[in-house]
Amino acid sequence: MARYAVGIDLGTTHCALSLHDLSLADGQTPSASDRAVLIPQLTAVGTLEERSLLPSFLYLPSPAEFPAGALGLPWDPHPTVVVGEFARRHGVTVPTRLVSSAKSWLCHAGVDRTGPLLPWQAPAEVERVSPVEASAHYLRHLVSVGDNRLRAAGVAEGISDQEVILTVPASFDAAARELTVEAARKAGLSQVTLLEEPQAALYAWLERMGPRFRKELKVGDVILVVDVGGGTTDFSLIAVTEQGGDLQLTRLAVGDHILLGGDNMDLALAHTLNQGLAASGKRLDAWQFASLAYGARQAKEALFTDSNLVKVPIAVPSRGSALMGGSVKAVLQREDLTRVLTDGFFPVVPVTELPKTARRTGLTQVALPYAQDAGITRHLAGFLTRQARALASTTEAPVALAGRSFIHPTSVLFNGGVFKANVLKERLLSVLNEWLVADGGRPVKEQEGADLDLSVASGAAYYGWVRRGHGIRIRGGTARAYYVGVESPMPAVPGFEPPVRALCVAPFGMEEGTEADVPPQEFALVVGEPTRFRFFASSVRRDDRVGVLLDDADAGDEFEELASIETCLSAEPGREGQLVPVHIQAAVTELGMLEVRCVERGGPGRWKLERSVRMQGDESQAAS
Amino acid sequence: MDRTSTEDMSLGARWKLAWRVLMDGTYARHLVTAEATAKTQKAPAQVVAPTPPTPLPQAISTPALPPERVHASALTLLAALQREGRLVDFLQQEVTGFSDEDVAAAARVVHAGCRRVLHQGVELEPAVRESEGASMSVPTGFDAQRIRLTGNVAGQPPFRGTLRHPGWVVRAIRFPAVSEALDPRVLAAAEVELP
Repeated sequence: MARYAVGIDLGTTHCALSLHDLSLADGQTPSASDRAVLIPQLTAVGTLEERSLLPSFLYLPSPAEFPAGALGLPWDPHPTVVVGEFARRHGVTVPTRLVSSAKSWLCHAGVDRTGPLLPWQAPAEVERVSPVEASAHYLRHLVSVGDNRLRAAGVAEGISDQEVILTVPASFDAAARELTVEAARKAGLSQVTLLEEPQAALYAWLERMGPRFRKELKVGDVILVVDVGGGTTDFSLIAVTEQGGDLQLTRLAVGDHILLGGDNMDLALAHTLNQGLAASGKRLDAWQFASLAYGARQAKEALFTDSNLVKVPIAVPSRGSALMGGSVKAVLQREDLTRVLTDGFFPVVPVTELPKTARRTGLTQVALPYAQDAGITRHLAGFLTRQARALASTTEAPVALAGRSFIHPTSVLFNGGVFKANVLKERLLSVLNEWLVADGGRPVKEQEGADLDLSVASGAAYYGWVRRGHGIRIRGGTARAYYVGVESPMPAVPGFEPPVRALCVAPFGMEEGTEADVPPQEFALVVGEPTRFRFFASSVRRDDRVGVLLDDADAGDEFEELASIETCLSAEPGREGQLVPVHIQAAVTELGMLEVRCVERGGPGRWKLERSVRMQGDESQAAS
Repeated sequence: MDRTSTEDMSLGARWKLAWRVLMDGTYARHLVTAEATAKTQKAPAQVVAPTPPTPLPQAISTPALPPERVHASALTLLAALQREGRLVDFLQQEVTGFSDEDVAAAARVVHAGCRRVLHQGVELEPAVRESEGASMSVPTGFDAQRIRLTGNVAGQPPFRGTLRHPGWVVRAIRFPAVSEALDPRVLAAAEVELP
């Protein structure tokens, strides 16, 4: 029997761990040391320190690199890898052995996400790990920390016996969610519930507000959660509705996956400063550049905190032992900060200005699909406009649009370390309010969030408690509709691919713990041979019912192709090669995972369709 | 390592403690003293409460440890100050030949890094609450370790004087645990970059 709900924020750049005692009554709050569990980690060779965050970095040391016992942890005297602060720090000097941003690779359909591919540019002798394995390393560390913590509190069972809630970006597709669950399984967590990060942030807010939240919200309100983490930007809209006289929170829409976050901002500042240094003939190596980026972040925080400061000096230490004479001085000017960060990442734009998608040149790291437009306000404009169009075409919109061209939020909740800078919050609010007032709406209200770094983990732990029947639950179901691709029968034309039609198998907003049969469509599968389906999702087609067949999934921008799904029907003796008529069934599990199954027509057979996470077109592996 | 009987202290915490006892003779002695006074005084772990003056610990016979083990925690602190703030580099360099601008640039590195070590390792508070420059009274039976009298020291307390410096006292200690497998004499490793 679980005693605690465990919230784990598995972030792109940082992880956090939080506990919520399930026996707490309404109105009681967890202790500060439960809310943010301190995470012991190596911070230098042989040095163990507690920090509230675990940097999501994995270092793969060479056997001769460190003296014996230098990497020992209380729960593992001889680890073969390093995670956390020391991995991040040391990795700067040995980048080819450092794994970073593993989470971003989890949702990258263009690579084999379970194959050993990280570090991306590692030399041949380095034993690479898969993005799933890297995530599992972070989770293992957190589980060990949590186990020790529980043991200290006199709880006999470990973390794996507690109610574990793992957060994912709202924009994670079904395959990335499944891989996250697989990473958890590798770390010994056989049962985890997934929760979308912006929802976790809202749960943290709900916990903080207690019963007062009813005064803050009224029916018809729309809460916009803007979550800018270290590596990703995530938008969610949550509507306040009413059922039987009770307030209800319904997740309305989530944004696309945008690889753009606080780290990009610090890097942009460092590059700006480095250009100035290079112009005066000073060249920095990788280590010095990292300390320039670190210094730039400190200077940024100083400038954002004290509006009277005009500039902040940054000193980059020499690499050698001669500190005086060898250190390089740079100065971060307020005007540069405003130009690069405030105007660069939060430009003042009209709501009609959508993100640029023209391919940029000069990107050095080509492997991850980083956002091509750094303007977060443009991404927000695109999100609100696109979702308004989607809502306008549905008959069951939970909020009134009244002919507006974009969704008008009434409240904004910020999350992510980026918004420690009030200047950036205010900029986003003022841009949003300009749009609203110009469109005949009213300015939004900013809801005071909990801790910007830790609220996702603590909100997730709180959600575990809410699942036991306390407080208010955010309803939502799937934020996308899902489709399998069906090839249209037509005569072969050389150089022309037949259009693929999309068959809806799971509708938008499908609730946890429900399943849906796809009624009329019948497929015949060959027993004993792998069969693959193309798989699509749409975050804007809200009204498609199960079984609807749509023309040409490849055209337009409504569909997003996911990793294909495949199945191999196990053959009973004597049935090999036979055709079995099946239909498709989709189910959303209690834990929030989408499962697609083949059910034998008029027979007992049921086969789960596995989502292929291998590289598309790699047939030799797909057949295995 | 014992992983079973852990009622009130985590494995990590005990592991840290064990290392400190092994490496830090002063700390080990403090523990012995603390255990003796534990029955009469209840203080939270790792918090230095304002204690009444206690007699200096009696010299106790310990097996002779090499100096780097006796002073391991001091060396560890030096290593941290070097790692984060390049303090050893700074002090080892001759300052006279450099311009103020060069010294200032280096001082910023040292200040930012050493400050981080200080703030992560200990929580500080002034020894007295009064503000610097204010007039304050020194009562009968004052703590002579926390309050140092200067100027015309004569007669019996209570005294009245001007607070020249409010002092610093450590309120909480959060120094890292350091592996005893390493030689504490290595304050910074040589760095060799492979092409």
